[in-house]
Amino acid sequence: MTTSYKLIALQTILIKEIRRFTRIWVQTLVPPVITIALYFVIFGNLIGRRIGDMGGYTYMEFIVPGLIMMAVVNNSYANVVSSFFSQKFQRSVEELLVSPVPNHIILLGFVLGGVARGLCVGLIASVIALFFSGLHMHNIFVTIAVVLMSSVVFSLGGFINAVYARNFDDISIIPTFFLTPLIYLGGVFYSVELLPGIWQTVSHFNPIFYMINAFRYGVLGVSDVDVSYAFGILLLFTVGLFAYAMYLLHRGKGLRH
Amino acid sequence: MTPAISIRDLYKTYDNGHKALNGINLEVQQGDFFALLGANGAGKSTTIGIISTLVRKTSGTVEVFGKNVDINTYETKLDLGVVPQEINFNHFEKVFDIVVTQGGYYGMPLKLAKERAEKYLRQLGLWDKHNQQARVLSGGMKRRLLIARALVHEPRLLILDEPTAGVDIELRRSTWDFLQDINKSGTTIILTTHYLEEAEQLCRNIAMIDKGEIVVNTSMKELLQRLNQELFVLDTFTPLQQAPELPGFATNLVDETTLEISITRQQDLNQVFEMLSARGISVKSMRNKSNRLEQLFVSLLQKNQA
Repeated sequence: MTTSYKLIALQTILIKEIRRFTRIWVQTLVPPVITIALYFVIFGNLIGRRIGDMGGYTYMEFIVPGLIMMAVVNNSYANVVSSFFSQKFQRSVEELLVSPVPNHIILLGFVLGGVARGLCVGLIASVIALFFSGLHMHNIFVTIAVVLMSSVVFSLGGFINAVYARNFDDISIIPTFFLTPLIYLGGVFYSVELLPGIWQTVSHFNPIFYMINAFRYGVLGVSDVDVSYAFGILLLFTVGLFAYAMYLLHRGKGLRH
Repeated sequence: MTPAISIRDLYKTYDNGHKALNGINLEVQQGDFFALLGANGAGKSTTIGIISTLVRKTSGTVEVFGKNVDINTYETKLDLGVVPQEINFNHFEKVFDIVVTQGGYYGMPLKLAKERAEKYLRQLGLWDKHNQQARVLSGGMKRRLLIARALVHEPRLLILDEPTAGVDIELRRSTWDFLQDINKSGTTIILTTHYLEEAEQLCRNIAMIDKGEIVVNTSMKELLQRLNQELFVLDTFTPLQQAPELPGFATNLVDETTLEISITRQQDLNQVFEMLSARGISVKSMRNKSNRLEQLFVSLLQKNQA
């Protein structure tokens, strides 16, 4: 199997994924943008004025990185879980399974599709943020690396969720009952220093806490955790989830009978 | 010559304990147009699923053009095109995109994939719809789109699982013509169908599968010769009050001008006409009532169940 063949197959899956989420842009791109804009207006602008500074920045400036990161990870996850599960549900995934595309290319294609949507929404959210706050960029490399790795981790999570899902309820349970609380408690709206002692410790068990803080470091230069430690956590999750997703594909879980 | 498909001792037991295949052995030669017949749940789709790797076998070996599908998965998949029983493309994608995307999965550069997609969509009468979403296609057109998609990488072996189910007669016949052309150009075709007339018209060789076992594997010609009895329907000019008694022949009056007569291979059809003539009954037209293969299929399955 040649590299050029693999690249064509990967490109095909990626283009198909991008075509899918841009075709239904009213469902995929508009809602997160409206949600983010409301957060900026209500929490950043209206309530934020009364809160005062946080980490040396206005409250609006403080929450911008967290909100952008929230948009990126939510949309990366949502894209892969809904796309792969839909293909499973209507059996169009069989187009891929009967073809010679190797499992790692299938996985990579869907993950890159999730990253593409995550970055797309993140970019739009960043543009909206400019209407409410100035643009800061403390370390562009950290910013890009964190956003890419976080997007990959959540795309992989979405893929695994889709493999296990048997109906449409199953693809909303994890985001609703696990991801949303973890994101909100991951420091999007506050610094962990504001929490009582025990809850500060508990926050350190939330992987999303590290992603948001590392991203905030890249943008503002402030973080509740050591950034290198955050990168370690991200790398660990990337490798672990990729390996598990490959294992599921190899076993044909939910795909081959 | 290496067979297009060689299946040896193939077993499949699903997780729920259902034994779908009980040691299938089957060979399909290159260039053949082969029919795989069986009732619902007989094991046809499981067999196809194992060949195309959508179903995991319990044991046995499957080779495509001499290459083991477990070991040379990439090469065997390149040689294989599958038309599934159920419509399994994204209905919201454009017809052209569905075929081109499939080409991409087979490593075809975009330009070539587009050329092939146009070629097969034209041949299958779908080019007018190429820029429309697949959901607007009729049932028959959707099935033809599945065929175009399976052919985009020009496989040496095409497997069709009920390709004309629910398709109207005109479209079905044009699909038959297309498949015959593809077969003449060298593509080996394996067909499963419920339309036994389809198998009789198209296929040179045939296997019948029942309860996960091959019960018949022979040429279509040889199989049809086994059929000993045929039922003819005669339309008469003369209105009849009751079925005439013809010694040695079973008769049944359907209505006053329609008569059914059962005739074995050893009997002379001329005898029937002579006896009818002698009774003053003149025949307007005659046709074979049921599909011969269908009769044979039913009788073979009944024998297997006995």
